[in-house]
Amino acid sequence: MTTDLHDRATPEPEDATPQGDVETHAYLCTGCPLGCRLEVDAIDDEVVEVRGFSCKKGERYGRQEHTDPRRPVSTTVWIEGAAIRRAPVRAADSVPRDQIRDVVEALRGLIVPAPVRRGDVVLRDVCGTGVDVIVTRDLDRVR
Amino acid sequence: MTVTPHTRYLASRYDVVIVGAGPAGMAAAVAARERGAERILLVDREADPGGILLQCIHAGFGLHVFDEEITGPEYAGRYLEQVLEHDVDILTDAYVMDVSPDLRVKLMSPDIGVSTVDAGAVVLAMGARERTRGAIRIPGDRPSGVYTAGLAQKMVNLDGYLPGRRAAILGSGDIGLIMARRLALEGVEVVGVFELLPYASGLTRNIVQCLHDLDIPLHLSTTVAAIHGRDRLERITVAPVDDERQPQLDAGWDLDVDTLLLSIGLIPDAELARTLGVQMDGVTGGPIVDGCMETTRPGVFAAGNVVHINDLADWVSQEAVVAGDAAAASVTGAQRPRQDVRIVPGDNVAYVVPHTVASDGTHTLSFRVRRPITGPTLLRLGDVHRRKLRAAVPAEMVTVKVGPKLLEEVRDDVLRIDAVPAEEVAT
Ligand code: SF4
Repeated sequence: MTTDLHDRATPEPEDATPQGDVETHAYLCTGCPLGCRLEVDAIDDEVVEVRGFSCKKGERYGRQEHTDPRRPVSTTVWIEGAAIRRAPVRAADSVPRDQIRDVVEALRGLIVPAPVRRGDVVLRDVCGTGVDVIVTRDLDRVR
Repeated sequence: MTVTPHTRYLASRYDVVIVGAGPAGMAAAVAARERGAERILLVDREADPGGILLQCIHAGFGLHVFDEEITGPEYAGRYLEQVLEHDVDILTDAYVMDVSPDLRVKLMSPDIGVSTVDAGAVVLAMGARERTRGAIRIPGDRPSGVYTAGLAQKMVNLDGYLPGRRAAILGSGDIGLIMARRLALEGVEVVGVFELLPYASGLTRNIVQCLHDLDIPLHLSTTVAAIHGRDRLERITVAPVDDERQPQLDAGWDLDVDTLLLSIGLIPDAELARTLGVQMDGVTGGPIVDGCMETTRPGVFAAGNVVHINDLADWVSQEAVVAGDAAAASVTGAQRPRQDVRIVPGDNVAYVVPHTVASDGTHTLSFRVRRPITGPTLLRLGDVHRRKLRAAVPAEMVTVKVGPKLLEEVRDDVLRIDAVPAEEVAT
């Protein structure tokens, strides 16, 4: 799925509809307080139609959520020698939704020595996502 | 630059003393300096500046202020850099005990003992605290294992302890939703989030990303009816509620959990404001403020969650810029704008901040609706302005900018704000 498809405002023309079974998937649009209930008709990853949105943003969101949902991920790691026991970290970019648990798991045993600075990389290319994990707080060495 | 700056020697006089070094206090400090105040003291009771931001390790901060989505600690870090660049004195581990009528601020800290400084102006930026079990009176035992969501957040994110192995969450406020995800990702079994109201009180984004993503069920119109356990929490009884919000025990069920998190709302941490005798708003629980974020006591300003609960740290900081700027202006002797228009909550509006504004200025009015309107909503500002909103729910604060052009049209110096379903007034 190419990214330009997510921005396409109109449903795909009839003749572009892939063969196969159309399934309907439900999503909740997070774009604004209205929280529109979206229905995405799709054949696997191929979105046929998005319904239920009240604005274009919702249609785009429905396509993105169906084809490539991504999430920010934050957790903490052990830090040695700082005033607190945990250093907050995050994936520098959003990662596929289905890999959130793996990313947190990959960081579970990690111990970093103080001092650390915001943006320091503690793990490169976490779980093959191509995304690095970075520290989000400056923590000095105190002992 | 040090990460945890300490101020060992206090000046005897500061132009502006700011109480609380979270997203409000730090923004107020920078704004006050930029407006020409020379000496600023920023006081916080924790060891590090940053306030609640430091335990909010999740993304969702900074989109409005830094044009980039970052986490709480990063937001705090970036602001702290600005504060230090602006040569602000920071005193951590310190309490403000009292502010006298002539703005003498009494402080206490292990570093300096008890000390008094004179202030030209004071900005209250203490933020909020969490409502606790006492506020809702859940019947049953009083075992350990019942925590407010924010306390559990501190425990997990700063101290590195898990509160238990099987948890339920009462209340669908954002901190509760975020903690549901956090605990689930740390291997705690989260059996569900229980919300008394028929709608969630957290942001849709958090419903999706914290609950749906991790298959955590959300039970609306349901509450925790009883708590069981001698020393440690063992079990809770949850039950659906009727129209009067009374639990229907015969339809209830038990859940074995060792942890119950309460995410039942925040209230302004306005104790100091109360002792200063400023007038309070009974709905927000915070002080009444004018368009400069000045309280009813001249020279005492307030901003952020101590005034009213905001959804975003960014809005807290933006509000605090107004307070810091005005506090500095008040000590540099600038002409005070006359606060000549009273803003009053009307149909379906719970409160509006600020409570008065100057008709020759530009202001951001912030308010919350009482009842959710899940469709086109008409926002009415007296009879001088109307605007359509897509929807308006209590979970999301609404802001609207007003300027001199609009305010000069206001009659009788009162501007009433209504937020009603659009179709009801279509005719
Ligand atoms: S579809 Fe548009 S109106 Fe509906 S929730 Fe999403 S952003 Fe809001």
